[in-house]
Amino acid sequence: MASNKIFSEKLSRYYSWFTVGFIIFLAVLAILEREGFPRVWIGYMFMFATILLYAWIGVISRTSDVSEYYVAGRRVPAFFNGMATAADWMSAATFISLAGGLYLQGFDGLAYIVGWTGGFCLVALLVAPFLRKFGQYTVPDFLAARYVGRYSGNVIRILAVIATVLVSFTYVVAQIYGVGLITSRFTGVDFSIGIFLGLASILVCSFLGGMRAITWTQIAQYIILLIAYMIPVVWLSMKHADNPIPPIAYGKVLDKLSVREKVLANDPKEREVRAIFQQRADAYDAKLKALPKSWDDGRIEAERLVERKKMSNASLIDIREAAHDLGNYPKDPEEAERKWTEAKALNLARAEPVASHTAPFPAKDRAGSDAKRNNFLALVFCLMMGTAALPHILVRYYTTPSVQETRMSVFWTLFFVMLLYITIPALAVLVKYDIYTSLVGTEYSKLPAWVSYWASVDKVTPLVTITDLNHDGIVQLGEIVIDGDMIVLATPEIAGLPYVISGLVAAGGLAAALSTADGLLLTISNALSHDIYYKTVDPTASTQKRVTISKLLLLVVALVAAYAASMKPGDILSVVGAAFSLAASALFPALVLGVFWKRANQQGAIAGIVAGSAICIYYMLHTNPALGGSSANQWFQIAPLSAGVFGVPLGFMSIAAVSLMTPRPDQRTLDLVDHIRSP
Amino acid sequence: MNQRSSQARTPRQRYWVRTRRLTLALLLVWFFGTFGILFFARELSNFTFFGWPLSFYLAAQGMVIGYTVIVAIYAFKMRKLDQSLENKNSNGIE
Repeated sequence: MASNKIFSEKLSRYYSWFTVGFIIFLAVLAILEREGFPRVWIGYMFMFATILLYAWIGVISRTSDVSEYYVAGRRVPAFFNGMATAADWMSAATFISLAGGLYLQGFDGLAYIVGWTGGFCLVALLVAPFLRKFGQYTVPDFLAARYVGRYSGNVIRILAVIATVLVSFTYVVAQIYGVGLITSRFTGVDFSIGIFLGLASILVCSFLGGMRAITWTQIAQYIILLIAYMIPVVWLSMKHADNPIPPIAYGKVLDKLSVREKVLANDPKEREVRAIFQQRADAYDAKLKALPKSWDDGRIEAERLVERKKMSNASLIDIREAAHDLGNYPKDPEEAERKWTEAKALNLARAEPVASHTAPFPAKDRAGSDAKRNNFLALVFCLMMGTAALPHILVRYYTTPSVQETRMSVFWTLFFVMLLYITIPALAVLVKYDIYTSLVGTEYSKLPAWVSYWASVDKVTPLVTITDLNHDGIVQLGEIVIDGDMIVLATPEIAGLPYVISGLVAAGGLAAALSTADGLLLTISNALSHDIYYKTVDPTASTQKRVTISKLLLLVVALVAAYAASMKPGDILSVVGAAFSLAASALFPALVLGVFWKRANQQGAIAGIVAGSAICIYYMLHTNPALGGSSANQWFQIAPLSAGVFGVPLGFMSIAAVSLMTPRPDQRTLDLVDHIRSP
Repeated sequence: MNQRSSQARTPRQRYWVRTRRLTLALLLVWFFGTFGILFFARELSNFTFFGWPLSFYLAAQGMVIGYTVIVAIYAFKMRKLDQSLENKNSNGIE
């Protein structure tokens, strides 16, 4: 106990110095910028300094001891484990996309805020303390030990490993994608080089030191990402509400925002822009009704246009543009129907008047609003259950010295997550107010610099486009399209902060993505090396060999994940949400019943894991258009993302039904349950 | 009848009964505080809380803070339970 306290004090001292050092580093860069240091170099400094730091922590905490490598020696104090888990938890999605989602969706985006925090109640009450008391290395370890019986324990273990790997892999690909995006944007290197730069630091860190190195790195990453998120928000909150505490200050701005929303909803110029979109939607509607003839006409028209351009000696750019349009023309009436339906929906959405930021479930009629509410509840449900079953989060609770420390550690995790999460809605409102008041209404000749910068970052699918649709020379809200993912990264520029802060925010985003990727990669490689190789293939392997195998697998998994990310899978971010549903359906029922229901047996668990994940995967494949399904197949209009809302209850019911039909678990299992239930 | 059976329990069993009761109570708060409120979010948005529309405030910040409190209460109460079990065991009271 005394040594724990000394260790804790030592850690506090280290990380306090680290924080001070980081702030000095910031100040130095700020001074350099004022002295005319080029911007590109500031970007480089942030990227390389932080990446080197993470790698350095990896080098000094290198280890090949099994317990150190897998669970950081089980001596991480609750406070610090909470901080590390918070960084592990908050991914690129939280840091980069969440505020943007709130900006675009208003109240409906809050499902992520509620779901991603409420899940920790389940972690604390139902899972984490019991896993710690059990005290092995992985989640499949627990399930395999709890559900012994007729079949070999490896059946459950392998099912759990499959679920773990599937969930963590989709998640890690998204993180590496985020790493590539940030490094390439802020240093100008190629996307795939950006991926490997980020990966190098992950590898040095987890390869050398496993869980131990990752833990100490994640704490540093938490500090960086917190500072990076807070500075721009505090600034904006001072600017618009004269109050440096954003979660309190934005109440005032919310009032002003809703006044502004009402003004914009009735503004004649805004109506004009919305009418243009209504016309476009109507045009698509007419074309859709006249299919397949309209497809033929359109194609002939496009071909003629190219011919005419060539004949009339138009400029090369004009001809190329016309040819490009022809090349993109739907190949057949079916494709035309799909594309035009999409275009119609897009234009219709932009023809809608401004929705109130705070109104829950806005829709045209009561039924539409009810469907939105049900989806909101379903998404919250899946995110919560998924949180309580994500292997890379749960293994972190193996690393504390005792069960009591684990309970405290979940509290600290949620506390550190909360610090950021109550600020995110504030950021969304502040940025929205800023854009509604200072960007809307400016003249096109005086657009702020950040607009052109962010519009040129990605030429194919621009992150921000502003086009003067009604040719009045003034920006209307209806003319702005912003991609949610750029909101946080562009906030410093929108707020008019120096470039150092932009670099800092990028470093923060990188820290969020890297810390999560670290944890995920380690979880995958440990599931493969510990659960498959050591427990299933070669139980006599020496500890040295186990750690070596784990390190090799880590390299392989990292390279495969980097390769997958470099293919730029377009809708990977929507797949991340699906990972939560899958984790919830496959693992949550078996974990909870394993602790709270002694009668649950092996047959039941097998049935539960298989049935839960099967229905989840079936529903996603069947209803997600990107995976070859159709939204017409939805049950109760629930989005494919929330498939877990069917998977979790089915999982619980299958475990209960099959367990009751088959014999009770043996005495050893009952003793194990008694053991994990006592403190 | 009920009382006798609860007295026949060992301290460890009593500990588990109390743990379960605490868990259930907190889960009920968690459940109704989340899904109950969100289900009626449209109705609640007519009320305000220090100027915030109530349902927006609850979903954006109130619930997050509430969850943190739930987890804190659990950690605190469970520590007390652990300690009382330890005392009983060391005093030899069966």
